[in-house]
Amino acid sequence: MSTTETKPAPPPVEKIKIKVDGREIEVPKMTPDWQGKMQPTTMLQACALANQDVPHYCYHPKLPIAGNCRMCLVEFGTPMIGPDRQPVKNEDGTPKIAKSVLPYEPSTPRGAIACATPISPGMEIYPSSPATKQMREAVLESLLINHPLDCPICDQAGECKLQEYSVDYGKATSRFVEEKEHKPKQVDLGPRIMLDDERCILCSRCVRFSKDIAGDDALGFASRGSRNFLTNFPGKKFDNNYTLNTVDICPVGALTSKDFRFQMRVWFLKESKSVCTSCATGCNIVIGSRENKVYRYEPRENDAVNSSWMCDAGRLNYKWINSEFRLTQIKGPKTEWSLALRDIAETLRKAPLGSVAMVASARQTNEELYLLKKLATKLNALTDSVPRTGEGDKLLVNADKNPNSNGAKLIGIAPAQMGSNLPKIAEGIHSGSIKTLIVFGEDVTKCGISADLLGKLSTLIVSDILPNKTTEAAHYVLPGCAHAEKRGSFVNTKGRVQRFMQNTQPKGNARAEWEFLHELVYDVTGQNGFVSIEGLFNQMAKEVPAFQGVTWAALGDLGVTINL
Amino acid sequence: MSQEYRLILKNADQPGYTTDMDCYLRHGGYGALKKALALPVKDLPDGKKMTAQEQIREDVKASGLRGRGGAGFSCGLKWSFVDRKSGKPIYLICNADESEPGTFKDRQIIYKDPHQLVEGMIISCFANDVHLAYIYIRGEMPDGARILKKALADARAKNFLGKNILGSGYDLEIYVHRGAGAYICGEETGLIESLEGKRAYPRIKPPYFPAVLGLYMCPTIVNNVETLAAVKHIVTMGSAEYAKLGTPNNTGTRIVSVSGQVKKPGYFEVEVGKATIGELIFHEKFGGGLKDGRKLKAIIPGGSSSKVFKAGEKFKLKRKGADGQMTAVEVDMLDLPYDFDSLQQAGSMSGSGAIIVVDDSTDIVSVLANLSEFYAHESCGQCTPCREGSLWMNKALHRMSHGHGRKQDADYLLNIAQNIQGRTICAFGEACAWPVLSFVNKFKDEFVAKGAADEAKNHGGAGPTNEMKIAASPRAD
Ligand SMILES: Cc1cc2nc3c(=O)[nH]c(=O)nc-3n(C[C@H](O)[C@H](O)[C@H](O)COP(=O)(O)O)c2cc1C
Ligand code: SF4
Ligand code: SF4
Ligand code: SF4
Ligand code: FES
Repeated sequence: MSTTETKPAPPPVEKIKIKVDGREIEVPKMTPDWQGKMQPTTMLQACALANQDVPHYCYHPKLPIAGNCRMCLVEFGTPMIGPDRQPVKNEDGTPKIAKSVLPYEPSTPRGAIACATPISPGMEIYPSSPATKQMREAVLESLLINHPLDCPICDQAGECKLQEYSVDYGKATSRFVEEKEHKPKQVDLGPRIMLDDERCILCSRCVRFSKDIAGDDALGFASRGSRNFLTNFPGKKFDNNYTLNTVDICPVGALTSKDFRFQMRVWFLKESKSVCTSCATGCNIVIGSRENKVYRYEPRENDAVNSSWMCDAGRLNYKWINSEFRLTQIKGPKTEWSLALRDIAETLRKAPLGSVAMVASARQTNEELYLLKKLATKLNALTDSVPRTGEGDKLLVNADKNPNSNGAKLIGIAPAQMGSNLPKIAEGIHSGSIKTLIVFGEDVTKCGISADLLGKLSTLIVSDILPNKTTEAAHYVLPGCAHAEKRGSFVNTKGRVQRFMQNTQPKGNARAEWEFLHELVYDVTGQNGFVSIEGLFNQMAKEVPAFQGVTWAALGDLGVTINL
Repeated sequence: MSQEYRLILKNADQPGYTTDMDCYLRHGGYGALKKALALPVKDLPDGKKMTAQEQIREDVKASGLRGRGGAGFSCGLKWSFVDRKSGKPIYLICNADESEPGTFKDRQIIYKDPHQLVEGMIISCFANDVHLAYIYIRGEMPDGARILKKALADARAKNFLGKNILGSGYDLEIYVHRGAGAYICGEETGLIESLEGKRAYPRIKPPYFPAVLGLYMCPTIVNNVETLAAVKHIVTMGSAEYAKLGTPNNTGTRIVSVSGQVKKPGYFEVEVGKATIGELIFHEKFGGGLKDGRKLKAIIPGGSSSKVFKAGEKFKLKRKGADGQMTAVEVDMLDLPYDFDSLQQAGSMSGSGAIIVVDDSTDIVSVLANLSEFYAHESCGQCTPCREGSLWMNKALHRMSHGHGRKQDADYLLNIAQNIQGRTICAFGEACAWPVLSFVNKFKDEFVAKGAADEAKNHGGAGPTNEMKIAASPRAD
């Protein structure tokens, strides 16, 4: 099984030579644009290749170019062409450079916006020159004259581009002695977004995102000049399922998330790389928490999955992690982990072959499912997962609401038609052939195995993180972890294997499922060997054909695509 | 030469001349169109053939016609940039947004001789293989729009427009589109956005040069009303005859709007470069001079965006002597020939052909404050330097003209304006910065004196208090 994308050999990349701050570099002539189409490389992209980051506000690599903030202006020059249309040379034979100047004032450099200006052979860009610096200072000053400077009460503080560039290009005092413009400070744009028009620097990132990415032409500017303000169309709420992305891309604190605003200073957040679990797309995210409480999800760029975006529903689906009803203690005859696991193992070992069934969740990780599969094989248990479907859309949201349906199928916990074994399990319990049921992360009373049926079981072992009808009926409840509290991997709808990292600690006495399953598998089967998530994954990759050749380390931050 | 040369406005103000089709036809109207459509394919010495369209384009180039909208760019050259290989339709737009303060020439054509514009447009469209064209007319000219619509309907009825025009096989439709009243809709890419139904935010160039990626991302020609009207005369007269009008590199006629503190404000059609600024202001056939007892203080030579001339200013102009050598001659600002090149050499521009006269009864700070209010109000607000700078300059000037100036305001203003010009998406940046740069530089002593006097009068030089600033804030609307 192949594990990496097999692409045809790329055509040779055409390069051109330019100079950045006097240093010659070769850069590709063409570079993918926001849609991935090849376009002439821009000055900004070329400077980035030369390790010179050009400051910018309106430019965003995943949005059409607007060129309105002018922060990226750079001084530049191009090879001089003589009247004979031939390049003019210096005495030493090097090409003479004509610096770009104002045509009506040749003593003044005329900058170009690096975000939109293509490079040409022999071009010289001066991102560190005094003239460039002066242009940046002037733009920054202009942006600040009418800015309210709300930093002490602004949610963006700490991750604000206005603050960042002020450090580099700002002045401690202002020479602006006029009255500032005042604009509305609490504009309710929609159910999830609050706008402060005074903080808005009119960069149009949010407008372009809504129109060109989310396909909802919902935002625009009204009025004129310095009195321009961002607004939604009269009577139309800004309420598509992607609105919160505008909060991420807004370079300042103009757009805030109603959910996150005033909750936590961003510099206190502990951040870790994770994956959204609300559908089979598996958007890459960063989880931010403080003192073991999750405060937000933000999308993390991954072009193979979610570009730089995520849906609002997925983003806000984290509150359950902080729920006061989380299961934190073992419920059952034994309430200490090692005793409980040994007790359960003994029950399972004694169970006649085929009398045990298992409902695992397609919201569980590959590693957990792999361990459960080992158990099921040993016990000859009938297994399944619970399908979970809803609406999908054209951008990101998948109709499959399980994050790991493909993992469950590839590992062999779920049949090709997920859920088709559930009636058989119900029937088995009904007829008495199934006496022991293991349930992970699902309320089976919602999928055809009623509480009455559960009552017929001699043993019901359940692991979950929140109470439900199934945990109520269980003989043993093993408190597990939310993905934020453990490590693991999922296989998304397109076969992308993605790992996620731990951010917060398990609640109370709860433990990561893979840890206690590892012990249980050892107790039941006598097999051992994998004590870390890395080892476990690598072991699985050796045994489960679809994963062959993949390693935990190779997954990196962005994952690896396997053939489904 | 101190008299008008009426080519475009030949009939416009004649008694009994109306906007009707019949009247236009009686005066030889649509003759140029018939001539253009009937041009035979020309055999070139090298055996190649030249179509009627190519011949007209070549003629317009040879005529030396320069755009009358503001930049004075060669019309023939502009047409030659059009991407004719893209396979996309080519559009032509007539820019009838005429909003540059001081300018009132296009409307003379529209209101008094609309068919001349229509004919010029049809010929220009034919020459450029355009089948759909628009007249974008400024919102404040509803009558003009009505007149143009009627003219187009009449032209359609006579088959000067529509399918198979006069049996030539050429199809063309022209529509009138009214703006909603914004100066920036005159900037060609802002105009295009507006025509597409969007906010008139000018486009960045590169990549959106209209000749390649214009209206609906198709190749597009944008020309001023007067430019398109001139095309008709080039076809009628032939390029060689047309080029004899005016002066070398500044050919043809130009309608000059003279306003401000002169006795006879008005519009005058003259051969380009044949009359001096002084003549246009003082000659009784033109502006008729200043009001009695007044002295000249300043001239804004090419619409409010152009850099001001101060009375008595002298310029070095390059002139070709009798021996063919270039020499520099010193010229008083009043003796500048009113053409594209001389005004550019003098550091300003003839722009939209509008001369605004300021006499010594006027406070120069107030003049600039007034101009800056226009620009602060009309900046589209898309790009940072112009958006913030235009209102900043206006607030400072408003404060100054309301008795709260400071000595350092002159340099403060110059610096703000310096930070705008050349750094914006469209030329509005220059349009709002140039008046400030030129007024303050050339009348610096007056700006400084005003600031010093205010400081002394106010509180011994401590600068404006907060209440003063609030009181001095210009209107918000
Ligand atoms: C701020 C701004 C306003 C303008 N307004 C007008 C206008 O009202 N009418 C006009 O013909 N050109 C105007 N122009 C110039 C146009 O952009 C364009 O150059 C012109 O229509 C081209 O026509 P021409 O080549 O025939 O002169 C304006 C330019 C700028 C930058
Ligand atoms: S709200 Fe933010 S993203 Fe939108 S235009 Fe304003 S500054 Fe830019
Ligand atoms: S699209 Fe799916 S994975 Fe992405 S954020 Fe939304 S729910 Fe989460
Ligand atoms: S220069 Fe002024 S008018 Fe032109 S795009 Fe920028 S803000 Fe708008
Ligand atoms: S980043 Fe805003 S203009 Fe280039």
